[in-house]
Amino acid sequence: MENLNLILPEIFISLSIMFLLILGVFKNDSSKITFNLSLFAILITTIITFNETFSITRETLFNKSVVIDSMSSLMKIITLIGGFLVLVISSTYLKTFKIYNIEYPVLILSSILGMMVMISSNDLIVFYMGLELQSLALYVLATYNRDQLKSSEAGLKYFVLSALSSGLLLYGCSLVYGFSGSTNFDVISNQLNSDEYVLTFGIVFILVGLAFKISAVPFHMWAPDVYEGSPTTVTLFFTIVPKVAALTVFIRFLYVPFLNLIDQWQIIIVFLSIASMVFGAVAAIGQTNIKRLIAYSSIGHIGYTMAGLATASNEGIQSSIIYISIYVVMNLALFSCLLMLRRKDQYYEDIDDLSGLSKNHPMLSLCLLLILFSLAGIPPLAGFFAKFYVFKAVLEQSMYFLAIVGLLSTVVAAFYYLRIIKIMYFDKEKDKYDTDHSLWLKFSLTVSTILILLYFIFPSQLVEVVSRINII
Amino acid sequence: MNFPILSSLILLPIVGALFLFFTKDKEGNNLTAKYVALFTTVVNFLISIYLWISFDQSTSSFQFVEDRTWIKGFINYKVGVDGISILFIILTTFITPLCIISVNNSVKNRLRDFLIAILIMESFMIGVFSALDLVVFYLFFEAGLIPMFLIIGIWGGARRVYSAFKFFLYTLLGSVLMLIAIISIYWITGTTDVVQLYEIGIDVKYQNLLWLAFFSSFAVKTPMWPVHTWLPDAHVEAPTAGSVLLAAILLKMAGYGFIRFSLGLFPVASEVFTPLIYSLSVIAIIFTSLIALMQEDMKKLIAYSSVAHMGFVTLGIFTLQQQGIEGSIIQMISHGLVSAALFLTVGVVYDRMHSRLISTYGGLVSVIPKYSILFMLFALASLGLPGTSGFIGEFLILMGAFKDNFLVAVLASIGVILGAAYMLWLYKRVVFGKLLNEDLKKILDLNRSEYFILSCLAAPILFFGFYPDPLINTIEVSVTDLINMHNTNIASK
Repeated sequence: MENLNLILPEIFISLSIMFLLILGVFKNDSSKITFNLSLFAILITTIITFNETFSITRETLFNKSVVIDSMSSLMKIITLIGGFLVLVISSTYLKTFKIYNIEYPVLILSSILGMMVMISSNDLIVFYMGLELQSLALYVLATYNRDQLKSSEAGLKYFVLSALSSGLLLYGCSLVYGFSGSTNFDVISNQLNSDEYVLTFGIVFILVGLAFKISAVPFHMWAPDVYEGSPTTVTLFFTIVPKVAALTVFIRFLYVPFLNLIDQWQIIIVFLSIASMVFGAVAAIGQTNIKRLIAYSSIGHIGYTMAGLATASNEGIQSSIIYISIYVVMNLALFSCLLMLRRKDQYYEDIDDLSGLSKNHPMLSLCLLLILFSLAGIPPLAGFFAKFYVFKAVLEQSMYFLAIVGLLSTVVAAFYYLRIIKIMYFDKEKDKYDTDHSLWLKFSLTVSTILILLYFIFPSQLVEVVSRINII
Repeated sequence: MNFPILSSLILLPIVGALFLFFTKDKEGNNLTAKYVALFTTVVNFLISIYLWISFDQSTSSFQFVEDRTWIKGFINYKVGVDGISILFIILTTFITPLCIISVNNSVKNRLRDFLIAILIMESFMIGVFSALDLVVFYLFFEAGLIPMFLIIGIWGGARRVYSAFKFFLYTLLGSVLMLIAIISIYWITGTTDVVQLYEIGIDVKYQNLLWLAFFSSFAVKTPMWPVHTWLPDAHVEAPTAGSVLLAAILLKMAGYGFIRFSLGLFPVASEVFTPLIYSLSVIAIIFTSLIALMQEDMKKLIAYSSVAHMGFVTLGIFTLQQQGIEGSIIQMISHGLVSAALFLTVGVVYDRMHSRLISTYGGLVSVIPKYSILFMLFALASLGLPGTSGFIGEFLILMGAFKDNFLVAVLASIGVILGAAYMLWLYKRVVFGKLLNEDLKKILDLNRSEYFILSCLAAPILFFGFYPDPLINTIEVSVTDLINMHNTNIASK
């Protein structure tokens, strides 16, 4: 008998989704209660995940197609907390646009469910199932503000390109299956015959599909448009949660079945990493819309996490996970600031709207200042440590070229972060923004900024949690 | 474990800044904020004086060491001072209160934020000079960019944005290579603790590249020719207090880094690259002195003179002679005092006339005599007149240089003459001559706080000029041991 306790979080969250759908359909004016209940559901799921799985080193289920280990539980918790905070700070925004409906929390929950399946998957089919579940929910979320042209465009664009990449991914899966005789990661790794060149094709196709999902260059084209067009809260969701899940799959896919083929894929990852870092830094310079700028900046940040992956060492994997965790916190903080730029039911998204913010809203702009310096990787803020761990792992493997390109692109990237700071602090002020923000929004901004600022006092804690993850 | 005196030096300004942060900002001259900041920095200065008094001059080992686990199994938070670093800490704590007194007129808006930035800057700079771990050093070294960027950008002059960006990006670009070198050192030797690294030594085959990576950071920060171009811009646009901090202390970080890290960690590479440093230093001394001659902006002239003086410093460090290194340290301390004083004297007339152009002035001696006398003292100290601290430094550096390389020493001596030329010419055009500008007749002489600040700076300049023993005694043992260690390292390789 399988130990179903291990997948209790997934079971619980699927039951909650169904219950919330039924409740939403049968009860009038149920959007508020669905929102609160879904928050509650995520909270419970987090607690279950923590209790049931956090101490487990490695267990498998269902013919080894689902794996529960320290990485999966940590990544699930990050996903859930990310999802919770996204949901909790989006209500004011959704109310403003009159899209405060029951579907929003349900869709977020289902995409979280998909991601949790992805994170735990140890089998190509299970992984694909999770991926499609989360993608389908995300397509709808991107078009959620359907009365706006840009939002519909974003959803359609995302759908078409994402379907294409899923096709490539599926084709890669079938190649891998054809030449190894199994879809299970463990079995593949045992039966791998590295002389098969077609297998390399399979890996490349899968990598392309995955690179698309985390928007690594050169498969990033969709990101700026989709990020700009989607409702801001959905953009926030896009920038953090799916990346966590996709990164986990990336790690598991590269390091469990195909570790022996490292010569074949390492160069691809290095290329993805360098291209993303450089392109993300250069392309962001010319942006005028904050959401587009964040899209490019997140492309750059994905480049740094990939740099950790390229090292083929446990330290590298751990550094990537540290990077993505800190990245999640920084982006949450950044978007909380963005959601505060509201004046009379209208949200402002242009960089110029930040002009002179420090005179009217000194605290908000101070937070934004810290967040931006942290994103740029200036010590002693958290973003510096994220980069520090990654480059420590990269240099351990003597990959000097990657390290030098990476650090030089942080200098380029520093320029556009500085430009925002310049606009906030050195330019003329504009009208004041509203200050009646919801308590949750203030809470998430304060907590995440404090985490960023004071990370350097207790840097060991995160390292300790992550150091339990040993994939190789 | 004793009282963590160095950590309290680092933390106290931050505590002061936090306190200011929670007070209400007032428009105009916010006296409460100023007193709080002044109190914090003066207490810090007294602590550092206590540090100097209880400092044991007979040993070169690090004192007041604090060693705490920071990132488990990787980095320790380790601070400590030896004869070299203690002087820079005292310089920092001495200059900062003077900066705070001087902000009266130059900073019009957001005084509280300005003081917070200066206090945070102070604690980072003390951190740089006391860090005994490469990563901790890097952290403080880089973190200083944030407050300085804001000081130039928010309170600076007309082209402040350009200058702030140039300052930030130049220094960041130099530093990232140093970060790569630091991590590489960790993987090569298994530690980033400076004291342990001194004992273990770094394999010769890595030294050249690592030295270059550190050099790229320090050269930008020093600044050495040809990467000095950010300095005049930053100096000119920064408010007076910002220029003072920049010239007096920030530039010393790199000189200190050269002595502590480049010489200490990479002895073989330091020998290899000595010709490079010599050529760059000589070019800096002569070339920037010539540029300084042609400046029409007083602040720019002093900025270029800083580059020339730092050329002497790098020259002295890499002579690898007792006199050369001691001279460099004294030259840095002296330049810290003199350049701070010169920027403040320029600030005094700028506050009254709102012009930094030399042509605006002339004949000041008949209007503001007190000012003219002090200005003369600082100008003479800058050109290294015997009896001022500037002389001791330059003299020792040239002595070390003559021992090591005659040609370089002769060329550097030309720089001394040029230095005299541009300083005296500046003084002549500003203070002497006919009083042509009608507006100048109405300006007032030094007020009490300005008089106080400038006298505070003049006293040590004269004192150490006549009696440099306190400085030399403090650094002597450390420098001797540094050179001994260097020579044994070279001999064994």
